[in-house]
Amino acid sequence: MSSPAPIDWFPLFLSLRVAALATLAVFIFGTAVAYLLSHKTFRGKAFVESVITLPLVLPPTVLGYYLLVLLARDSLPGTIYEKIFGQPLVFTWQAAVLAALIHSGPLYIRAARGVLEAVDYRLEWAAHSLGASEWRTFFQITLPLAWRGLSSLASLSFARSLGDFGITMMVAGNIPGRTQTLSVAIYDAVESGNGALARTLVLAVSALAVLLLWLSGSLTRYARVGGIQ
Amino acid sequence: MKIDFKIRKHLPAFELESTIQADTGAVVLWGASGAGKTLTLNCLAGFTRPDSGRILVGDDLFYDGATGVHIPPRLRRCGYIFQHHALFPHMTVLENLTFAARAAGKPSRQKLRDLLDAFELTELTHRKPAQLSGGQQQRAALARALMIEPRMLLLDEPTQGLDARLKRAFFELLRQTRQRTDALIVLVTHDLDECFEIGEYICLLESGKIIQAGLKNAVFAKPASVAVARSLGIYNVIPAEIEFLDPGRNLSRLRMLGTSWNGPYFPGHLLGDKGFATFRETSVKLSRDIKDTALSVLALQPYSRGVRLEWEGGLASVISESEARELRPGSSVRLQIEPADIGFLSK
Repeated sequence: MSSPAPIDWFPLFLSLRVAALATLAVFIFGTAVAYLLSHKTFRGKAFVESVITLPLVLPPTVLGYYLLVLLARDSLPGTIYEKIFGQPLVFTWQAAVLAALIHSGPLYIRAARGVLEAVDYRLEWAAHSLGASEWRTFFQITLPLAWRGLSSLASLSFARSLGDFGITMMVAGNIPGRTQTLSVAIYDAVESGNGALARTLVLAVSALAVLLLWLSGSLTRYARVGGIQ
Repeated sequence: MKIDFKIRKHLPAFELESTIQADTGAVVLWGASGAGKTLTLNCLAGFTRPDSGRILVGDDLFYDGATGVHIPPRLRRCGYIFQHHALFPHMTVLENLTFAARAAGKPSRQKLRDLLDAFELTELTHRKPAQLSGGQQQRAALARALMIEPRMLLLDEPTQGLDARLKRAFFELLRQTRQRTDALIVLVTHDLDECFEIGEYICLLESGKIIQAGLKNAVFAKPASVAVARSLGIYNVIPAEIEFLDPGRNLSRLRMLGTSWNGPYFPGHLLGDKGFATFRETSVKLSRDIKDTALSVLALQPYSRGVRLEWEGGLASVISESEARELRPGSSVRLQIEPADIGFLSK
């Protein structure tokens, strides 16, 4: 009987890094998109909305397939990425960030839109009528008032980013020590009969998820969304 | 200040056609809710873009449908006072005021200190709006609007929900405000007291149309239509027929309520014209003169400023409590209507 192999924590740290970067990107770009959807009318808005919602209904494998085609080394985005960073994007941990982004972005945008819409428009109008530009109004009025709501969503987003399996598997692959994230590592452990590793990682993911949900909940509980009074 | 405002705006279930042409310090837009008052105000502030028309305030063109000019709200310098003040809840009073000063590009410590002082906010600068009383919030909102040296002050039902004492205080505050600025005041309200107190030029709105506009005294003395008289709610509107007209002595006789009454000459009307006599409820006086007509009182209704009497024939009058002391429903009492107060409308 050999003693149990020491637990390899690499997947956990990789997942945390991937989720953190994905959440940062979702927070910045997702908030921008949600702002456009909640505050602007433009041509093709309905189309943009459905494209954004699409990842929620498509199977992860289909999304992964699209990404693979889109980012392949001979595709335009793939070539550009390789020119800039000197290495291909697919089958790297950076691709896992993109996968997590696609996985958590749509839900964030949908909910963030609601949070931004809940900011009393009269406060934004008041700012405009006092002479404030749209940027000033966004950064000094809308964003501070939506801050708690958005950070609560960001922590949910982080939790969801940790959990992506399908898309990551397709575009980042399952390279131990390089692209193997938590959920992929668990799949791998179960497949190869390493029950101890699977159990440990499952517990770690669950504990993290509970922690993040609690954080998100306590942020919303105190969130006062821009109401007057 | 001169205002030349003439716009049309089509919404799915509403059509606004609004005109304000006046040279005055204070315009009141009066009407029931849903008449289009706030929409008119929003067109003036620039939050709503009209479909066609022109908005000229002083020498500044804000909107011109023909040439496609639409100045955005932030460049119009309108101090917009919203119904619930719209103070930024995450900022202190001081931060609210400095936000305005910076946004408008007019930071001035002197002005800030002046306004805080004038509106009794100096002690409250570090409070957030939620820690202020309603009256304090109102003062802060006005001070914030004045920070930008506004061209116009737009007020959306500012005293709605305030009790009588706070309402008085607000009128006083607005009087002080007007001494500090030559901004054109545009007030939206359906409160007659507010209308009387603040208005110089009055526009009456009903379902998206201006039904009468003019200087306050002219509008209240002679409503332009039966609809106006009824919607103001302070007039008697009684079916009448002209029996006699004498332009020389500025006299007329009207047949209404079953008898004959003295009135002024009605230019533009002929003998035998049928229509409605309009006069304020306060223009009806009790009389001891044996020659005056007696009518019976149907009901007495105590009212905030006296007693409102309902008479046979649909007549109503407001008299003081002491006068009403001896009256009972069913009493027959002589009364008089001040002839000069009577107007005549054909429809």
